[in-house]
Amino acid sequence: MLLNVNGEERDLAATPAATLLEALRAGGLTGSKRGCNHGVCGACTVLLDGKLARSCLALAVDVGERPVVTVEGVSESGLSEVQKALVETGAIQCGFCTPGFVMALTELFLRRAAPARDEIRAALSGNLCRCSGYVKIVEAAEKLAGGKR
Amino acid sequence: MSIGTSPPRLDAGDKATGRAQFVDDLQRPGMLHVALVTSPHAHARILKYDVQGALSIKGVKAVLTGADLKGPRYGGIVKDESMVAYGKVRYVGEIVAAVTATDPQTAARAAAAIEVDYEPLPAVLSIVEALAAGAPVLHEEFASYVKTVKGGGGGNVLFESSVEEGDVERAFRECDVVVEGTYETPAQHHMYMEPNGCLAEVEGGRITVYATTQSVHQAQQRIAEEIDEPMARVRVISPKVGGGFGGKHASNILSIAAWLARATRRPVKLVLSRTQDFEVQRSRHPARIWMKTGARKDGTILARDARIDIDGGAYCDESPPVLAFAILMSRGPYRIPNARARGQALYTNKLRAGSFRGFGNPQASYAGESQIDELAAKLGMDPVALRLKNAMRPGDTAFGGQPVPSCVQQQALERVRDAQLAAPALAPRPGRRRGVGFSAMSHVSGLMGTAANVQLRTDGSVALSTGCVDIGQGSDTILVQICADALGLPIEKVSTSPQDSDHSPYNWKTAGSRSTYMTGRAVAVATIEMRDRMFDHAAEMLECAAADLEIRPGGSIGIKGLPKAVGFKEIAMRSLFQAGGPITASHGFVFDGPRFDPKRASIHQLAFANLGIYTFGAHCVEVDVDEGTGQVEVRRAWCAHDAGRAINPVSCEGQIQGGFVQGIGYALTEAMKWNAEGWLTTVTLADYKIPGVLDTPPEIHSIILEDPDPTHPVGAKGIGEPSLVGAAPAIANAIANATGARACILPMTPERVLEAIEARA
Repeated sequence: MLLNVNGEERDLAATPAATLLEALRAGGLTGSKRGCNHGVCGACTVLLDGKLARSCLALAVDVGERPVVTVEGVSESGLSEVQKALVETGAIQCGFCTPGFVMALTELFLRRAAPARDEIRAALSGNLCRCSGYVKIVEAAEKLAGGKR
Repeated sequence: MSIGTSPPRLDAGDKATGRAQFVDDLQRPGMLHVALVTSPHAHARILKYDVQGALSIKGVKAVLTGADLKGPRYGGIVKDESMVAYGKVRYVGEIVAAVTATDPQTAARAAAAIEVDYEPLPAVLSIVEALAAGAPVLHEEFASYVKTVKGGGGGNVLFESSVEEGDVERAFRECDVVVEGTYETPAQHHMYMEPNGCLAEVEGGRITVYATTQSVHQAQQRIAEEIDEPMARVRVISPKVGGGFGGKHASNILSIAAWLARATRRPVKLVLSRTQDFEVQRSRHPARIWMKTGARKDGTILARDARIDIDGGAYCDESPPVLAFAILMSRGPYRIPNARARGQALYTNKLRAGSFRGFGNPQASYAGESQIDELAAKLGMDPVALRLKNAMRPGDTAFGGQPVPSCVQQQALERVRDAQLAAPALAPRPGRRRGVGFSAMSHVSGLMGTAANVQLRTDGSVALSTGCVDIGQGSDTILVQICADALGLPIEKVSTSPQDSDHSPYNWKTAGSRSTYMTGRAVAVATIEMRDRMFDHAAEMLECAAADLEIRPGGSIGIKGLPKAVGFKEIAMRSLFQAGGPITASHGFVFDGPRFDPKRASIHQLAFANLGIYTFGAHCVEVDVDEGTGQVEVRRAWCAHDAGRAINPVSCEGQIQGGFVQGIGYALTEAMKWNAEGWLTTVTLADYKIPGVLDTPPEIHSIILEDPDPTHPVGAKGIGEPSLVGAAPAIANAIANATGARACILPMTPERVLEAIEARA
């Protein structure tokens, strides 16, 4: 199955029943995580046609020609500014949820140059983290937003 | 120097980019997949298995059932368990069989084709049912099990314990005010973001298991014991571990995958789905706590009595130490001269309960700290003033008689109180009642054995090796900082590697808030020993006495007061090619702190001789309670905890904030629930609600106190657990402060809060 992932055509060996998450992971793009497989935790979050999507809830065959961006896609030229902010603020603990948070924040900062705290919290409300209590994740985004004001 | 600074975690970049490898990210050519058959009965005798249908499916490579087991049962404390059910099933969801096949779909079809005949038995699903006269017994052969503790054995009682100091009955007669109540707490699930899993492979007659574990050594021991191999033929490696919180010590699935890999000679991956992880792993112990506390009119607390019963589920796991620790923590961080606590751990036909951040303390502290506020109300005293008056001080003894040289209980309370008073008040909101609540808590940091190895490399950099698995709390970075600091090196010059039972020095496990304290101590001592060996070389090279030498930042040793110095690299080269041999050092020890005092306290069955050093903390929270719906919102929190010395302050804050939010979940939303047939009904994240960002206050202020511990070379204490412990009672007290009502049952759901508000009148 041909999919447009991170700007290139990839031939992913996926069955018709495979979710986008399964297809990506089977193709070696294991940055997107299977935390719940029910669309609740957000660890599998990718950008589908520029919008946030739970890759565990999307069938790979339904993706068609829409471009997919995964955490690997935003890391191609080193750490993105979102990733840098998370690293430097100490917002990453076990790291299993991190790729999902990276994607949620990447989408937010594409949409809003300098989001306020409430906007940041709303944008992260679809992602679960069990280690950090969210404080430093929000702080990282606020710092990044502050630098852009 | 790196201690007290907060460099980014060593693995943060890899985790941010998705490059970090967790167990499910590992692939092997020819790798097999596993499907599990689980019990549909809460309690049943297994009559027979029919696996022929499964084995005849193309692609199926092996099937494991209880019929394949002969050997001893497994269990760290009571050997009552096996990797798949043996003879009986004792909870719905218990693993009965495992099948491995070339792909997950084939494995799942084969699992569905396995037939198991059961004779259903009556089940017990609660503490009350387990204790009832004539209750069905889960483990008829309990008396014959191998055990490392005594106690228990009648009916479904798996362990009993008690501690008593002073004369409780007499003291209550001297009290002017007495409060008494019963508190209930639920089964909480760890809900690490990464479900448990493993990959097992066979090479050269040895089995290697990549495992989600909090201890490669404990996992290795369990696997070897269960599949009946010498430990020399079992190797366990931890890839990145996506959170643990006590729920990833040594799962039975590791043994299952190892058994299947040995049977098929092929790599076998077994990663649980989220639902399976809820159903087959473990929970925090549900508890029922009766407690009574009495004081003089002036607020001097004279007596406390407690009865703590915990629901251990179908297998012992760590129930005895959890109960014993709950008992020890039930006096709270107070000087109460007459205290008594007794309790039982019960078998029930539910998921096993085990270790979970706080280890019995969240249950005991929820009851104890709720009761302190109830006592304050009855005395007409300010709850913080009552706590300060009775708080333990340096030199006091903990319940059970262990001396406590370092104690910041009063400072912790004062700091959160003052910080809350100094903060500008949040605007009131219509329809909501605002309340402020406090809690105080003690915990321990220590336990058991650990070790560290250090080695000087030819380029003057250092290889550090420990058995301490970083499960996300940041121990890799902390331990490297301790090592680098002692040598004046930047942290980039010290490496650490993933834990591997072949190479990593022994560590009991990542648990008990012990990594920074225990393994950190081992790292500091080993590094200092290696430094002394480097000094010996430098003394000969510089022709001076070792006592005149000093470490210079950046990797050299010089003569005090003189510019003359030699680099670590030159020392390393000399040791390798001229004299002395490679420079290495190691240090291992078992917790060596003071023990309980049998002259002071009457102790029956504690399951351990000493625990660790005591740490103290306090919380203050502000809540809004919607009087119409009973909904509780935590608006702000201040959490003060003693880190002894904060090695990496940002990591300390992360531990405090994360633990507090896990405690918000325990307080307000999280509960595993079983129906009348014993089926777990909270098996997805939609049914089992952990806090999302909008369920947490935007402000969680961590206040790090630093009262250095005299037994640690750099003064550090563990900080992993206490922040969870204080959350629920502080929230309960804030709700009571806002509404005058107290639910006494966790989680404090809107329904329960409303009921309590209605019952108030």
